[in-house]
Amino acid sequence: MARVDERPFPPGDYPVVVVGSGPGGLQTSYSLRRLGVEHAAISQDEAPGGMFRRFPVFQRLLSWTKPDAPAERGTREYEWYDHNSLLGDEQAHQATVPPLMDRAFFVPSRPEMQAGLESFADKAAVDFRYGCRWESTRREGDDLVLTTSDGDYRCRFAVFALGVTDPWKSPIRGIEHVPHYAETRAPEDYRGKRVFVIGKRNSGFELADGLEPWARQVVLGSPRPVSTVILAFSTVRARYMQPLEDHQLGGGTLAVDAAIEAIEPAGDGFRIHAEGTTRPGRIDFEVDEVIAATGFRTPLRDLTELGVATVGQGRIPALTPYWESATAPGVFFAGNASQGAAGLRKHGVAASSPAVYGFRYNARVLARHVAERLGRTVPRDRVAHDEIVPYLLRELTRAPELWAQKSYLARVVKSDGGSEIAPLADWVDRPDAGSVAVAVEMNDEGAIYPAVYVAREGDVQEHLLPPDHCNDFEGDEYRRELTDLL
Amino acid sequence: MTETLDRLGHLALFADLSRPQQEAIVHTYDEEVFPEGQRVLRQGLSGANLYIVLDGEATIVIDGSERARLGQGEFFGEVSALLGEAPTADVVAASSLRCLVVPGHEVRSFLVAYPHVAVRMLESEARRLATTLRWLG
Repeated sequence: MARVDERPFPPGDYPVVVVGSGPGGLQTSYSLRRLGVEHAAISQDEAPGGMFRRFPVFQRLLSWTKPDAPAERGTREYEWYDHNSLLGDEQAHQATVPPLMDRAFFVPSRPEMQAGLESFADKAAVDFRYGCRWESTRREGDDLVLTTSDGDYRCRFAVFALGVTDPWKSPIRGIEHVPHYAETRAPEDYRGKRVFVIGKRNSGFELADGLEPWARQVVLGSPRPVSTVILAFSTVRARYMQPLEDHQLGGGTLAVDAAIEAIEPAGDGFRIHAEGTTRPGRIDFEVDEVIAATGFRTPLRDLTELGVATVGQGRIPALTPYWESATAPGVFFAGNASQGAAGLRKHGVAASSPAVYGFRYNARVLARHVAERLGRTVPRDRVAHDEIVPYLLRELTRAPELWAQKSYLARVVKSDGGSEIAPLADWVDRPDAGSVAVAVEMNDEGAIYPAVYVAREGDVQEHLLPPDHCNDFEGDEYRRELTDLL
Repeated sequence: MTETLDRLGHLALFADLSRPQQEAIVHTYDEEVFPEGQRVLRQGLSGANLYIVLDGEATIVIDGSERARLGQGEFFGEVSALLGEAPTADVVAASSLRCLVVPGHEVRSFLVAYPHVAVRMLESEARRLATTLRWLG
């Protein structure tokens, strides 16, 4: 007798389908369910965790989780100190990563992160149909139909939380001869060797940092110079600054600004032909090993044929402020790919959407947006009229959403007192009359300050308040200024 | 060669640059795609950036009325970025619009690093000024 398939969400019709069980998919599914939105959640994997079931290569994350912090675990304030746990609406679903950390570092290891995500899925009972592989997509009328290894799913909206996980190599002549970051071998295999790492973003510097104890020399090369003036503008997190510091001290490690023109096998190693970018001129390197730390792309499959436009040299879907494809309506993205929505990009500051601590908030807002597009009424917290000023100042000082997603997510209070977190770029283009939005912003000098946007008769007025030494915007000066503005 | 590099390489603005320089620009600055009707530059909001149109069209709108149309290879946002002031016009995507984005605070160093681009931009600004002067009479 055939075995009964006990997995949830069999193929069929659903208002929404969520694809992918990494942190973006888990958070989206959890948030949809809390809003009562029926949906199917499917994943080709066998268990939750997504990319954290394998990466980073050196098994240590970049973003912090402080097991002990000024705020208690399980509170909204604690999210500030725990950039890796997903967001729970109940205390039992919050802060699932810190209890699993051995505290060797204040950033979790990859297995600790994976266990933390599994713990969230378990405690919050976030069900997925595992082992169900999405294969293709088509439109039928207003619906999307996703063909999977288990059958067809028809839906009004699809949320793809696929990660940015397909290894991507720059189109360099000869690059087919060298491995991608994802194929990096154990560090001891590079003992005594000269290693050229193509790429000077996080994965490049992670490799350099991990190979330093073994390799004879590490050279990082890519056209783009590394900006370390302000971390928000940098391509490298502070955790991996060591190789860059070594470059500046002189000696073995080099970080070179050069366009790599060709990689040529030579004897047991490779010859790299490059042309300087910051300073013109030919540069050639003889090395034993080359690794392409040139990044990853979102595994879009046939979504580009459905009309999904991309940015980042074809690697990332181009999205609206609510993370819907800019060119294919009804197709949403959660997780790391939500970086395809740039927002206002004020002073060039990018959203934190490539990281869990940024996109977990996106997913919660996305779930509410999808619920409303389906015609559901989502209740809002209400703020009494005489409480609006202290409430907004408290949010500016303490709201983890506003601090994680500077100038991307805003706290909005409408004229009826209804309050929500919303993408600022969307709100400034269609504000309700009499509503106000506040966001935490940063200028090109690194100063962090509150921004207040007031909607009056279809027009939005921007007011920038001064920074505070301790980022405390609840003092009398701020209270007076905001009261005057409102 | 990526599609972005190909698009950029065909624009007059970058015609004087070497291939590695064009590649460095593609690696350094992000692309953004806007659906038709989306505001790109917003009148009165600080911290704006320079946008170079790679594909599609945009309209310049002042106080609700359309003043000009910009197409492939043209740019906007340079005045507010260089003067450090909020834009005095909205720029709205007139079709699906793809732009290269140079953060406002990097525009000066971008032009210093690529003087040939600065000259091409200056020529374009001169043409705009000449048109305005003719219009004024």
